[in-house]
Amino acid sequence: MAFFVFRTLNRHNLESGDYMQTAGNLQDAAKADQPGKLMTGAEMLLECLVREGVDCFFGYPGGVTLPFYDALYSHHIRHVLVRHEENACFAAEGYARATGRVGVCCATSGPGATNLVTGLVDAMMDSIPIVAITGQVTSKLIGSDAFQEADTFGITRPATKHNFMVKSVHELPRIVHEAFYIAKTGRPGPVLVDIPKDVFQARGHYEPVDSIHLPGYKVFTEGHTGQIRRAAQLIWEAERPFVYAGGGIIAAGAAPELRELVELVDMPAVCTLMALGGLSSSHRNFISMPGMHGSYAANMGLTECDLLIALGTRFDDRVTGQLQSFARHARVIHVDIDPAEVGKNRTPDIPIVGDVKKVLQRLIKALEELQPEFGAKKTDSRHAWWDQLRTWMNDHPYDRPRDENMIKPQHLMDEIDRLSNGQAIVTTDVGQHQMWAAQLIRFSEPRLWINSGGLGAMGFGLPAAIGAQFARPDKLVFSICGDGGFQMSIPELATIASHGLPIKIIVMNNGYLGMVRQWQTLFYNNRLSAVELDCFPDAEKLAGAYGFKGRTIDKPWELSSALEEAVKEAGPYLLNVKVSPDENVYPMVPAGGAISEMVLGPPQPVAVG
Amino acid sequence: MLQTISILLENKPGALLRVTGVLSARGYNIESLTVAKTFDPELSRMTITVEVEDRLRAQVIKQMNKLVNVLQAADLTDAPAVIREMVLLRVRCPQESRTAVLKEAEIFQARVVDSSVEGFAIEATGDPEKLDEFIDVMRSYGEIEVTRSGGVAMSLESKKLKLQPPVPAPAAVQTIS
Repeated sequence: MAFFVFRTLNRHNLESGDYMQTAGNLQDAAKADQPGKLMTGAEMLLECLVREGVDCFFGYPGGVTLPFYDALYSHHIRHVLVRHEENACFAAEGYARATGRVGVCCATSGPGATNLVTGLVDAMMDSIPIVAITGQVTSKLIGSDAFQEADTFGITRPATKHNFMVKSVHELPRIVHEAFYIAKTGRPGPVLVDIPKDVFQARGHYEPVDSIHLPGYKVFTEGHTGQIRRAAQLIWEAERPFVYAGGGIIAAGAAPELRELVELVDMPAVCTLMALGGLSSSHRNFISMPGMHGSYAANMGLTECDLLIALGTRFDDRVTGQLQSFARHARVIHVDIDPAEVGKNRTPDIPIVGDVKKVLQRLIKALEELQPEFGAKKTDSRHAWWDQLRTWMNDHPYDRPRDENMIKPQHLMDEIDRLSNGQAIVTTDVGQHQMWAAQLIRFSEPRLWINSGGLGAMGFGLPAAIGAQFARPDKLVFSICGDGGFQMSIPELATIASHGLPIKIIVMNNGYLGMVRQWQTLFYNNRLSAVELDCFPDAEKLAGAYGFKGRTIDKPWELSSALEEAVKEAGPYLLNVKVSPDENVYPMVPAGGAISEMVLGPPQPVAVG
Repeated sequence: MLQTISILLENKPGALLRVTGVLSARGYNIESLTVAKTFDPELSRMTITVEVEDRLRAQVIKQMNKLVNVLQAADLTDAPAVIREMVLLRVRCPQESRTAVLKEAEIFQARVVDSSVEGFAIEATGDPEKLDEFIDVMRSYGEIEVTRSGGVAMSLESKKLKLQPPVPAPAAVQTIS
């Protein structure tokens, strides 16, 4: 039985905060919409989810959510049963990151809710719109240490953008719509709604919510006109301009504007780990990723530029390294929707608080207006700047070693890149493989690259791939994991098998907790403490145990054909790729160092004569 | 340096914890905190004094304003404002000092709320610095026990309160099977 649910209200109108009712005359087939219809809290929740355009959500039932799951049984909305609540939140994130829509997850009280916390903090760090619904023990038992009771409201307060505890069925619809509004507007983030069991069961007259009133919740969209003009002036006057694009470009859907900007002024641009795909990796102005494991040219460009244009980004320590030397010669234009980020780590010369898409549209107009007079002023310096950048790029490209007998991790990433050709969705877990994938795999558009950036939560990649595949059933999805992260997500192989999700799970297996091992090698005298991941399961047997194909390879000549076989497979595929365990990710900026002081390769042996 | 922050927020459960959570998450020590309803029972006003480095003060205000329950957060440390605090003080003084203590209380415009053989209980209100002096003076007369309320601040500038207007909720959905 297939249902198609169409949202008739354009989501963007809601975000711009305009008052006009944009929905026209609606023939309302949903029975629940007759005002005042008596229904349970659980049914009201489902009605609200449908109104918010939720077509798919991820959860795990429990005692206090039984009334909700009972109402779900006869409802058309799609619920995906995961095998661990943490993965419900990660899957909701994968869904949200792949579409820009709000990801929804559901868990029961006590341990169910606490298992969501890692995912919530991850969504908080990367600004991903999530609504998490948790059950709570019956109202009169709250505070009595009841079975499966936890102070979810208290525990998740610092882990969410905002959270709610529903006290009565009459306020439930209002709270759910407020939760979605907060999650997806402004700087997106996770919102949790805690619903006691008796509220799920209580009956009330459902009144559709007309408007959302949050007097204290400020959403900045426009950007100051004077600042935008001043920024345009500075851009034309800059001799060495440099664009630093962050996750905000993806969140705002501002990839077309970013491209227009860099082409109009012919400026180099870097995309952070959160922004890859914001500018097509094949674009001639794209200088790769900056930061701790970013490219030489990206880091030198940031260090030597005279105008830094920071768009939807937060000057994170992984990108900036030591703040005093970051963009030390540059004036800074900082555009961000969150006023608390502007000026947090670096005082900008031109702060612009607003939605980066809208600001860029206006900035481009301002640049075009000033172009006849100022456009050609610095053309010569700009050419010299590009020459310098290209020299840096040519002198220090990313390391792509090859070996006759061992598969190098970089070779694996290059092969995946070849098969993806900038089109596939790639999720990664956390560690060395994540860095190599970010460096070497190209993305032609936003929302193809999905990874846990700010929190770096291992076990993220596989469930996120599940969410992404549900969101984009048309897309080829690669889930690249390290052997460490993969083993944290094994329970979800059942979810993949159950739905026949054609995810290509590629385990980059070096037998170690690679990134930690790298730090121990470089900074702890190669004292490898607790990083050896022995007893990795046989991939063919493991996948076979779940009813799908798996294979292990360890020779370079097997790589292409094994990957092609995985991609051709109609269903899921687990490919365990044993790679050289000694590779380190370069370039590397030592913690607390300046990004211009990169370690470019392993220390060369000194000849003693 | 001590920063004085005045916050207008929604009178909802958990709102107080959210505000203090922003500060404790960053490791700032809260020196004092007062909160009570305003004339609108839906809203409370909170005054916090917190130990924050100067260069981080603007950040703290921005983080407060980010909270959904907070309508307005203002830094009153250097702004024109009135700050008042109340002190309840119990002093054990010998017989000979009793008159002197009463005289001191009069000088500070404090009220004696309890009198016994052992000493007095005195209530004083005023500027926090004046109250510091009052406590020091009383300490010289004997053993004291002090309960301070924490400062309550009010800005002397009228700042326009920018409240967000309502936005439309998602409308009904058409279902086709």
